[in-house]
Amino acid sequence: MRNLFSILAGTLFGIGLYLSGMTNTDKVQGFLDFFGSWDPTLAFVMGGAILPMAVAWGLTRNREPLAGGSFPARPEPKFDRKLVIGAILFGMGWGLAGLCPGPALASLSFGGTGGLIFLATMVLGMMIAPKMSRLLDSKETAG
Amino acid sequence: MIELDWIWGLIGGLIIGCGAAVYLLGNGRIMGASGILGGLVDGTGRNLRVERMFFVAALVIAPAILIFFSGRPADTNLTGNVLLVAIAGLLVGAGTRIGNGCTSGHGVCGISRLSPRGIVSTLIYIFAGAMMVVGLRAIMGGL
Repeated sequence: MRNLFSILAGTLFGIGLYLSGMTNTDKVQGFLDFFGSWDPTLAFVMGGAILPMAVAWGLTRNREPLAGGSFPARPEPKFDRKLVIGAILFGMGWGLAGLCPGPALASLSFGGTGGLIFLATMVLGMMIAPKMSRLLDSKETAG
Repeated sequence: MIELDWIWGLIGGLIIGCGAAVYLLGNGRIMGASGILGGLVDGTGRNLRVERMFFVAALVIAPAILIFFSGRPADTNLTGNVLLVAIAGLLVGAGTRIGNGCTSGHGVCGISRLSPRGIVSTLIYIFAGAMMVVGLRAIMGGL
């Protein structure tokens, strides 16, 4: 059952990314180019995706996931170094190439060698991230 | 064509949001691309490994099937600068794991439940990405 939901979610995610044009790095960098010829498409994609998700969050009240277990608890509104530094690093990479993790995976079949290189170094970055997180944690408690 | 882009963005976004809703209501999990892939890469998501793998596989295969049947080839328009792509991938991989989320997790899933962390993270990575694009335009006179 869980695997079925995963397949359905991944399929919808992949179709949506492709149809919306978010696997096209020109459109992503065009959105980030606020001072140039700004392309608002990404804002419509975000807005469009937030709508059904807002309904879904509303439906989680007093319920359990269909496959059992429990819904994720609301995270504490904690703005630590990891959140800020992580978002800065991610944003820099996102602006640099125009790819984020979802579209990087979705474009695997047509992204060519460049897409493969991006995926490979992204996975590498994910492997070294826990070490960097621990370093940031230790600095936070010390400082 | 450019006038139609936002409509496709909205349609694609709604489909992405439905995918995220299925993942939440079905499995009780946040559909964040970096979290799902990162958990596979660093071993923190070992208990949910199989459903994560199904999600990633569906995300990769869905656009490939769409392209096959529509006959419309796709391109990511990724820069040919391999060094730039490699650095961007590293930044995206490390940043999303340190900051605990990307465009889908913090952006779509976080904002839709009005999570302060999701909103702050999204504002930061969009700002960092915009700065990067402005810098790139200034240095290279284009992308």
